[in-house]
Amino acid sequence: MTTPFALHAARIVERRLEAEDIHSFVTRFVDPEVRRKFTFAPGQFNMLYAYGVGEVPISIVSDPADPTRLEHTIRIAGRVTAVMTGWQVGDVIGIRGPYGKGWPLDSARGREVVIVTGGLGCAPVVGVINYIFRRREEFGTLHILHGVKTPNDLLYRERFDAWRLHPRTRVYLTADQPDKSWHYRVGVVTNLFDELVVSPTAVAMMCGPEAMMRAAIRSLRRKGIAEEAIFLSLERNMQCAFGLCGHCQLGPLFFCKDGPVFAYPQVKRWFGVSGI
Amino acid sequence: MAGTGESRAAFLLPKDRVNDLIDLLWARGFRVVGPVVRNGAVVIDEVRAVQDLPVGRRDDQEAGVYRLQEAGGDLLFGVVNGPGSLKGIFYLPREPLIEMRRERGGFAVREVAEETQPVAALGVRPCDLAALEIQDRVFIGGRFRDTHYERRRQGLLSIVVNCTRAAPTCFCSSMGTGPAAPAGCDLALTELDGRLLVDVGSAAGEELVGTLALEVAPPADVAAARSEVDACATSMARAVDRSDLPGLLFDEVESPQWDDVARRCLSCGNCTMVCPTCFCHAVVEVPALDNASSQRVRQWDSCFSYEFAHIAGKNFRPRIRDRYRQWLTHKLASWIDQFGTSGCVGCGRCISWCPVGIDLTAEVAAIRARRGGTPS
Ligand SMILES: Cc1cc2nc3c(=O)[nH]c(=O)nc-3n(C[C@H](O)[C@H](O)[C@H](O)COP(=O)(O)OP(=O)(O)OC[C@H]3O[C@@H](n4cnc5c(N)ncnc54)[C@H](O)[C@@H]3O)c2cc1C
Ligand code: SF4
Ligand code: SF4
Ligand code: FES
Repeated sequence: MTTPFALHAARIVERRLEAEDIHSFVTRFVDPEVRRKFTFAPGQFNMLYAYGVGEVPISIVSDPADPTRLEHTIRIAGRVTAVMTGWQVGDVIGIRGPYGKGWPLDSARGREVVIVTGGLGCAPVVGVINYIFRRREEFGTLHILHGVKTPNDLLYRERFDAWRLHPRTRVYLTADQPDKSWHYRVGVVTNLFDELVVSPTAVAMMCGPEAMMRAAIRSLRRKGIAEEAIFLSLERNMQCAFGLCGHCQLGPLFFCKDGPVFAYPQVKRWFGVSGI
Repeated sequence: MAGTGESRAAFLLPKDRVNDLIDLLWARGFRVVGPVVRNGAVVIDEVRAVQDLPVGRRDDQEAGVYRLQEAGGDLLFGVVNGPGSLKGIFYLPREPLIEMRRERGGFAVREVAEETQPVAALGVRPCDLAALEIQDRVFIGGRFRDTHYERRRQGLLSIVVNCTRAAPTCFCSSMGTGPAAPAGCDLALTELDGRLLVDVGSAAGEELVGTLALEVAPPADVAAARSEVDACATSMARAVDRSDLPGLLFDEVESPQWDDVARRCLSCGNCTMVCPTCFCHAVVEVPALDNASSQRVRQWDSCFSYEFAHIAGKNFRPRIRDRYRQWLTHKLASWIDQFGTSGCVGCGRCISWCPVGIDLTAEVAAIRARRGGTPS
């Protein structure tokens, strides 16, 4: 089969409930040949297929050192993802990929890393955080900044608390509208930057609502971090994942093949233009 | 260039021998396609004999207007173009790509691929061949090659007809895609009284001319054909000034002209459907009724559809202004960054087939005129 739309059968070998409406699935390709050939980088994504229902782009969150065991975390967002969260161990699904350009981990080696996320939390940064923890000595201090509207939106509270315990790792959390259970900061994500002490040579990686990212970029620039060292993982509607269907465009960029991770200067011109 | 044919001799094909050419092409295994009338408009479909061509017809076109007239006479190619183009021959409006079939414990996947036959495109316009080359860059010019398109596209024989009359909506001169045939087409025809001048552009074209034992054209016929094509080039009423593209449109993303056009545009998507280069498509799942199998189907989509830029919880282009701007800036600006060429060949179809007569050449001129103005 030569069409780039060809997909490969994979079996669910593990299923985990992460939070309400969020499940993680570990999969293995059925065909050993496909399994052997598959490699990926953190930040890349796969198209996941549910038989008779459809396909959606989902980030790969597992470690690239073991590409035979692919993990994806799926949040119910609509028609296709709703079906996917019903997948059980032993079910056969379809996968094609990997697609896109991932995080700049090679250039981040030896430097401090600032991760900024917001809203409902982003699978793309979970992959990079795990990647750094598995190679802790290769990177400088890791700062994880996460802002939510309400405490209910903090989907992985235990995960953030666990990350805090890693060496040379700082976790900063804030909620816009806190409740009694909230014992972190209050306010928007940019407030967290008051506490952030970071070298201007750090690399920043972020994903989340655009308004949050715009504010975070201003804060990072004030810390002396260059625009070229700020990376964003962005979303658009995707139907092919390789630059043919046209759905994921922003200006001259195809998010599926030129992204989903971009250096800020690549998208700066379009950032904040409404309806583009 | 075949259109100006300096290096090779030009030949004459009497009109009563056009059927010999068509028969020869079918006999050589080609599927011959060209302009034919369907539902009162010219599309590109199979041509079995010369009577299938729009003989004696003429198209009246203006912004928002397309009418076929019975003009009489024996002109085979009196119609400039219609809503159909070669796009629909190689990139089907709707086609299944792969099929999944349920098996015990999972499903098997196969590519859905029909038998293909090489196409001979007879009587298509230079701008349509230019559009096909643009589609080639999109579908088979990059790392991911669309195999469905590629299979159909293989072995194309192009017999282009030079334009001697431009429709009022045409502006190919300003886009550099016509009215003379581009280099690399196999044969280029120019229609004269009772006969066609034939310029040869390739070895395959030369072989056809030899088999048909065509006579060499007298210099007077060659000169007459050239001057008609030249006159056509200078006759065009519309043009796009490309001197400051793509910068103009990128600089003017907040031009008040986008709001102006959005008050007229219906967001119907006609312009994208008739455009010979627009390639955007949806990929949808079509399960069989018994659920024993399921297909992934590709179908033409339009950046004017409301759902086009939808993601769960957000629509990136909710307003018509956003969608018209996406279309025009893609055609004339970002396409250049993406594929090294403009996405517009100046065929004028989007102007004729817009129900409210929106004219992209006028919109570009208006954006330029308002350059630097403040957003409304
Ligand atoms: C590069 C990338 C990585 C992603 N990684 C993850 C991840 O790791 N985990 C996760 O839960 N979600 C991820 N998403 C979002 C996920 O793709 C959408 O939630 C999903 O497509 C919604 O599909 P649906 O049919 O359930 O929703 P509907 O709202 O019913 O969507 C209908 C169709 O629109 C398209 N669509 C809708 N939302 C999106 C979207 N956000 N991105 C692209 N196409 C969309 C799809 O074709 C979808 O089938 C990612 C998106 C992108 C672009
Ligand atoms: S944009 Fe209009 S004029 Fe240009 S190629 Fe498409 S249909 Fe023809
Ligand atoms: S420009 Fe005309 S043809 Fe195109 S979407 Fe708007 S109304 Fe329809
Ligand atoms: S997802 Fe189809 S072009 Fe990017």
